[in-house]
Amino acid sequence: MTELLFSESEWDFATVERTYKAIEDIALNDLKLDCYPNQIEIISSEQMLDAYSSIAMPLMYNHWSFGKMFAREEALYRAGYSALAYEVVINSSPCISYLLEENTMTMQALVMAHAAFGHNHFFKNNYLFRQWTNAEGIMDYLAFAKKYIAACEERYGRNEVEAVLDSAHALMEQGVFRYRRPPRPSRERIEQKRKRRAEYEEEAYSELWRTLPAGIEPPVAPPIPDAEDDFGEDMKLPEENLLYFLEKNSPTLKAWQRETLRIVRNLAQYFYPQRQLKVMNEGCATFVHYTIMNLLYERGLITEGSWLEFMHSHTSVVFQPEFSDRRYSGFNPYALGYGMMADIKRICVAPTPEDRDWFPDIAGCGDWMGTLKNAWANYRDESFIEQFLSPKLIRDFRLFALYDKADMGTYKVSAIHNENGYRAVRSMLARQYDVGAADPNIQVTGADLKGNRTLQLSHDMHRGIPLHNQTKELVLAHVERLWGHDVKLEERAA
Amino acid sequence: MTHFVDRRLNPKGKSLANRQRFLRRARTQIREAVQKSLKDSAVADIGKERKIKISTKGTKEPRFRLDPRASGERDFVLPGNKEFSPGDSIEKPKSGGGGGGKDASDSGDGEDDFEFTMTQDEVLDIFFEDLELPNLVRTTLKETPNKQWKRAGITTAGSPTQINLVRTMRNSYGRRLALKRPSLTDISALEAELDAAERTDPVDAMKISALKEELAKAIAKRKWVGFIDPIDVRFNSFTEQPTPTSQAVMFCLMDVSGSMGEREKDLAKRFYMLLHLFLKRRYKKVDVVFIRHTHDAQEVNEQEFFYSRQSGGTIVSTALDKMLEIQRARYATADWNIYAAQASDGYTQSGDARHCVDMLNQLIMPLVQYYAYIEILDEREMEVFASEDSGAELWRAYRTVAEEWSNFATKRIAKPADIFPVFHELFRKAEVKA
Repeated sequence: MTELLFSESEWDFATVERTYKAIEDIALNDLKLDCYPNQIEIISSEQMLDAYSSIAMPLMYNHWSFGKMFAREEALYRAGYSALAYEVVINSSPCISYLLEENTMTMQALVMAHAAFGHNHFFKNNYLFRQWTNAEGIMDYLAFAKKYIAACEERYGRNEVEAVLDSAHALMEQGVFRYRRPPRPSRERIEQKRKRRAEYEEEAYSELWRTLPAGIEPPVAPPIPDAEDDFGEDMKLPEENLLYFLEKNSPTLKAWQRETLRIVRNLAQYFYPQRQLKVMNEGCATFVHYTIMNLLYERGLITEGSWLEFMHSHTSVVFQPEFSDRRYSGFNPYALGYGMMADIKRICVAPTPEDRDWFPDIAGCGDWMGTLKNAWANYRDESFIEQFLSPKLIRDFRLFALYDKADMGTYKVSAIHNENGYRAVRSMLARQYDVGAADPNIQVTGADLKGNRTLQLSHDMHRGIPLHNQTKELVLAHVERLWGHDVKLEERAA
Repeated sequence: MTHFVDRRLNPKGKSLANRQRFLRRARTQIREAVQKSLKDSAVADIGKERKIKISTKGTKEPRFRLDPRASGERDFVLPGNKEFSPGDSIEKPKSGGGGGGKDASDSGDGEDDFEFTMTQDEVLDIFFEDLELPNLVRTTLKETPNKQWKRAGITTAGSPTQINLVRTMRNSYGRRLALKRPSLTDISALEAELDAAERTDPVDAMKISALKEELAKAIAKRKWVGFIDPIDVRFNSFTEQPTPTSQAVMFCLMDVSGSMGEREKDLAKRFYMLLHLFLKRRYKKVDVVFIRHTHDAQEVNEQEFFYSRQSGGTIVSTALDKMLEIQRARYATADWNIYAAQASDGYTQSGDARHCVDMLNQLIMPLVQYYAYIEILDEREMEVFASEDSGAELWRAYRTVAEEWSNFATKRIAKPADIFPVFHELFRKAEVKA
């Protein structure tokens, strides 16, 4: 007879640790997950709000937008509109998971299974994370960024720094490399380059230019000879990464401002994979916690009471309201992700003839864990849906597709969950998760450095959808601030 | 290896820096909201936490967004079909959310007005933002700050009363050990040995002379290695350090004769409260002294001050006398910043006003940081005395004081709504006044 891990809802460190061991045993030996080392931190609700508001990073530079976020979240939380997330997990090595102190013991077990093993495995194995983010280095980099921004505030004043950060944040979504890998200089190199730039500025500083009336600009410092920077000389156009382009080529930015853009751009790049993996990441974590918690229950390690508590919380997490429901606010990534993964398991273990038709490779193969691990490692939301969304799930969710043309007064139902519609619905849903298609495709197409220095941006419209006019003007003002001269944006039909 | 870390004890307020930046950023909106919310509430509630609702103007974070409503075409998938078949048409929702799955994230920024809670301190900071304590700068510069003797370590020179025995003896002991000063026990041991040697038979002359010599040496050494040498002596050192005066006393003077009714007292009370709150923002410690007067002045507690009524004539100068008396007894100017606020209906015994003016000019004004006189009128009187120059005797007399002293202020109020503007005017920043 195995002994219960815990029988009461109160937790203490010994219990958490014992439970962690049991979960780890299942995760590593039964599920054969491959994880970064774990670091589990117990935090209070206020700290959870803190974590939220600095985009879930334990270290972050200071900016008012995080304060705004905090104020908003706190008001919602206090008014009882939103419950706090049970957990926050950070893609770093060691993988840091936060447990909220007011969770019950069952919830702590659930969260550990979810974050410390589910998310952790996904972070370590998914190809996008492996390629694009550096889990070992992120904390160091954030520490550097925080220190650097604070030093800039000290040296150049808060308003100055804030202005640059505001502008950089406005372009965050245009601050990522989508196709080519970002060049990744080492931290020493970053520091070294920054120093050299600052030294150069100091040498080139001329008292004369200080007395110029506002509006007249001193001559731009000649490009700094640096093999890697090629400042302004050899712009590779078109360039999709606006922040990168401005950092390298803006005629007016100072060294510290360029460095600030680089920090924001690096953060944007770090978060870019997460935006493409919402469904899979949450689905993986949810599937893992579901599997582990059930195994714990089957092996008599947790009581029926806590299993029921777990099921209650699990089902509310994977609840998908229908489109006409007041609670509907888009697809719930937990629901879709978990639904698909549970469905894959079903297809592997107990396929129907339909499944054999649709998924001849995996139907009935029995190795559901292997299939899932392969999916977790090699797909992103878009391709995962395109590949694995089954007709059964389309029926379960009762998915249907609408066609929308701006000048029509009505939506047209183009496909529903029937034999003719499955493929269309599946492809359209997959497109919906393609971040590349959902984000406006904006590129730098020209910069007249020798003439009047106008920066030319262009937006290649996808299926004729233009940019939202008001926000466009606001963002362009930010681009102008960074570029220092006129900026034109052209919207082209693709 | 797994680490469990208990972060709950980490310092709180990690996002404080962000919050401050946010408040600064949204300053204009927040100020409007705070002023509005203050207007709607009782003055006594001012020092409380409150909910503020601000628009997101000024704190917008624009991003490039697609606008599928403008033109173009798209497909999107929704869950929960019940009745639709391919080819059906669905009315588009008029505007705002609902309908499209992606609309929620595409249209606008999802940012409306939002509400959040500001702490008491944050509210008050905004409340007092453009108010400045009158003459604060001047007094902090001019006023000789209070000096205090503070310990400043140990020195080798000083007066005998400041000798630090422990240090001195420690040095002495160390030196005696180092120089091997014979102790009295050593000497008496030698003497005993000598004595014993002399008594033994046969007398060992060699040993005796050796012992004698040794004894003489020891005694001599005791002489030149003193028990306490001047180099051992240490003194406690004190230096004078200026300590800024961080306490204030606020004298509340009020006429409580029959002519001051509940309404008048209530107005006065609100004024005092505001002043008190204001001083509390600036000084660590604020004492309040309540002096009520009729033809005779008394120091009373707050309850009596505001709620008891006395009959009698009105002689304002008695209150000033009382204030001076209390000030001399308890509130030395070196230690206290003195503020006075006087409320009256403007009537005093004839001839007394002149006396008050003399007292103010000669005795009181040199002592106080600020003296505020508010005259509480009813609204009818307010119209009669519309001009600053006309007024009851006390008013006209005090006007002469105000001309002479910039830190003396006179104001008239008739209804609660008048208080804040008055207060604002009294304490507005010096440069605005100039």
